[in-house]
Amino acid sequence: MAKNTLRKTFIEPLGKNNPVFVQILGICSTLAVTNKLQNTLVMTLGVMFTTALSSFTLSLLRNHIPSRIRMMVETMIIATFVIIVDIVLKAFYPEMWKQLGPYVGLIITNCIIMGRVEAFALQNKPMLSLVDGLASGLGYTYVLLAIAFVRELLGTGSLWGFRILGSWWTNWSIMIMPPGGFFVLAILIWVIRETIMKEAKA
Amino acid sequence: MNESMMPFAIFFASIFTGNILLTNYLGMCSFLSVSKELKTSLGLGAAVIFVMATTTPMNWLVYEYLLIPFGLEYLRFIVFIIVIAAFVQLTEMTIERYSEPLYQSLGIFLPLITVNCAILGVSLFMVIREYTFLTSFLFGLGSGIGWFIAIIAMAGIRQKMKNANVPPALEGPAITLVIAGFMAMAFMGFSGMIALS
Repeated sequence: MAKNTLRKTFIEPLGKNNPVFVQILGICSTLAVTNKLQNTLVMTLGVMFTTALSSFTLSLLRNHIPSRIRMMVETMIIATFVIIVDIVLKAFYPEMWKQLGPYVGLIITNCIIMGRVEAFALQNKPMLSLVDGLASGLGYTYVLLAIAFVRELLGTGSLWGFRILGSWWTNWSIMIMPPGGFFVLAILIWVIRETIMKEAKA
Repeated sequence: MNESMMPFAIFFASIFTGNILLTNYLGMCSFLSVSKELKTSLGLGAAVIFVMATTTPMNWLVYEYLLIPFGLEYLRFIVFIIVIAAFVQLTEMTIERYSEPLYQSLGIFLPLITVNCAILGVSLFMVIREYTFLTSFLFGLGSGIGWFIAIIAMAGIRQKMKNANVPPALEGPAITLVIAGFMAMAFMGFSGMIALS
């Protein structure tokens, strides 16, 4: 039984409960860096780390927090983990840190993290919350990596900085500019809803 | 560019060429969910202008006179969030106490704003771009106005779209994102005039 719930908690956010497709949550801070695969991976790892550990921490404290100030406590916990991400990036990958700029800090206001903490970690045991946070982060990661894949490939003809398409390829520079992010995400949601979601409903 | 013109350039650029929503994707969550109705969009947009124009210079003061002297720059995320949340809460209580009609039209949107990433984003951009007090105020105000324009335009389009025949899978957020993409392209047209670095 316990193992079953654990599995279900892990699988659901990856598929039919995916935070990005179902609720369009949390794209604010990360969509901006999806014009490069590398940046996207670092950002989403940061989000995953924060989601998992803040869910875990809050779940540990859940019986001691007065419900009136719980929003404030949640924000503090999330901000603490984001500061850790920020400092680690700054210390070990200063180049990457410079490129990401303010977006690392904006992980705090990512609605997925707050959403998981509010909806799941407040009622569940620490281990389960950790798994839930991790899975939500993972579901989020692969969607954004898919967007970044399309944008970088079409926009620059390369992936991870390496040239993939030959010199015959004309870069669609619109893809790495802001409108490209909107279009790719919209098309991705469309495709997913048309195929996977329809099957799930039937 | 002329030094004395800088503040105006930043103000103009933050509304059009560097629109916080359409070029930095900030504030998307509330943008997607609220832009269904023109009336609520007006209220939320006005609240965003107000909060951005006030909290950005406030955060500038806190950063410059509290965090830098004590070498606590790494705490800025937490401090900015607290400043924003506390200010929004105070404003909401003040408005509720003194003006019922204003509360009905503006106040109810204030709690939503604390979680709007654009507000924190503007403060963080302000730090990275090393603005002065005046320019951070103008940048906050301009970004608020830019957000306001974007959400009003989107609400207008979405109201018209109720009569349109959208494929079912594209309905809701997806088609809104497509429209936002076109809007972003239109706003990019301004980018030849001025650039925000």
